[in-house]
Amino acid sequence: MEMRRFMSWTDEDFPSSVVSMALATRTDRRPSMTRTLWDSSVGKKTIMAVSGLVMLGYLVVHMLGNLKIFFGSDEFNHYAHWLRTLGEPFLHYEWALWIVRVVLVAAVVLHAVSAYQLSRRDLRARPTAYVHRKARSSYATRTMRYGGVILALFIVWHILDLTTGTVHSGGFQSGHPYQNVLDTFSTWYGNVIYIVAVLALGLHVQHGFWSAAQTLGVGSATRDRVLKTLANVLAVVLTAGFVSVPVAVMTGVVS
Amino acid sequence: MKLTLRVWRQQNAEAPGAMATYEVDGISQDMSFLEMLDTLNEELILGGDEPVAFDHDCREGICGACSLVINGDAHGPERTTTCQLHMRSFDDGDTIDIEPWRASAFPVVKDLVVDRSSFDRIIQAGGYISAPTGTAPDAHATPVPKPDADSAFEHAECIGCGACVAACPNGSAMLFTSAKVNHLNVLPQGAPERETRVLDMVATMDDEGFGGCTLTGECATACPKGIPLPSITAMNKEWLRATRKVRR
Repeated sequence: MEMRRFMSWTDEDFPSSVVSMALATRTDRRPSMTRTLWDSSVGKKTIMAVSGLVMLGYLVVHMLGNLKIFFGSDEFNHYAHWLRTLGEPFLHYEWALWIVRVVLVAAVVLHAVSAYQLSRRDLRARPTAYVHRKARSSYATRTMRYGGVILALFIVWHILDLTTGTVHSGGFQSGHPYQNVLDTFSTWYGNVIYIVAVLALGLHVQHGFWSAAQTLGVGSATRDRVLKTLANVLAVVLTAGFVSVPVAVMTGVVS
Repeated sequence: MKLTLRVWRQQNAEAPGAMATYEVDGISQDMSFLEMLDTLNEELILGGDEPVAFDHDCREGICGACSLVINGDAHGPERTTTCQLHMRSFDDGDTIDIEPWRASAFPVVKDLVVDRSSFDRIIQAGGYISAPTGTAPDAHATPVPKPDADSAFEHAECIGCGACVAACPNGSAMLFTSAKVNHLNVLPQGAPERETRVLDMVATMDDEGFGGCTLTGECATACPKGIPLPSITAMNKEWLRATRKVRR
């Protein structure tokens, strides 16, 4: 009875346009989860966080693998060969490597496209700069965009240098990565490009890892110190680990 | 105190604006920043000039009407609203730059006044509860755990002034939206719209042309009510949960 009275009151007192608008809103279907993620700034940040963590996980393994260079050419070359036979006999030769490559390319593309679109949105949202300017955020935070571009360019050079050998300085020999690495780090520009990129990586990871935690909703006031420390440790360990290789070649520790 | 003011003057939304320089004398250290601007305006009116337009209402730091970016800081050098900022925070002979909030979602109406109705539309998208509350219920009718009540209250402190957007290099409204979402989402009264609230408010925030969050933390530093940066993290968590749980 109560319900009936309420309904009739609604019908009489509201213009039909209001009622139909309410109905239209109620029948409006929400877009799928993928669509919601891609269309939202928060969703795109989630895509950036996940793809960034995938790349970060790869980099930790890559850095540890690089350190094998300190155990001599046999062990380093053998490790490189093992990467190609990984997963055999279930997987064919080099399939594991290609799976990793496909996942990484997907991560790089999603990360870069999201970053580009979010940056466009951010710049549009603040079209007029303040006359009185102050730089307050940390260096790592302010250089995320430039750092990302540096890293993207580096990845292209790095693959052309040590995977395909297209722009390699010495005679590139497939299957002899130890010698190829020595060749690259025997040139001044090889060292400069590599070290600049690795420093950019350290800064990118320092802000990026902590940011990813916030975007994924893992951070909290009590966990903040742990996450910031973890970000700093990751940044320093990755930078030191990667830089140690060109430094070792330059100083003759690895020859 | 004798001060040099550099103030953004803009006739209307379409006209180009510029910084204009004014000298004011006889300013007391006990004046609020807005009283100092009142003094300037009285002189401008006496001289036959147009007074500087700026937003203000309660002048006791609770309404969220006042704004102003003072020397590059939203609400000036102290962590409070512009109306509660006093001239003792400045020195005799200072030059002070006064600009409006800058964001494409906050278009300048005139001089230092910006249109913040985009915030209203974010609230309209979900900053409410649909539960019929009737007359004031007994305090123990709906049990709320103390930490949840504290969290809701902390977020309810947001006065919607827009300092977070003004301070953010991306003109993002994430801190405002997160304060409003978390305020209701932690309470049982807000539970029926828990998913739709966060999805709709974030979608409206995006539609209004606010930028995204890059976690620079400038918003939380500028907030006169101390809404903390982890509010954004909590909203991200709610948003991700809602994309999975919402009825489609």
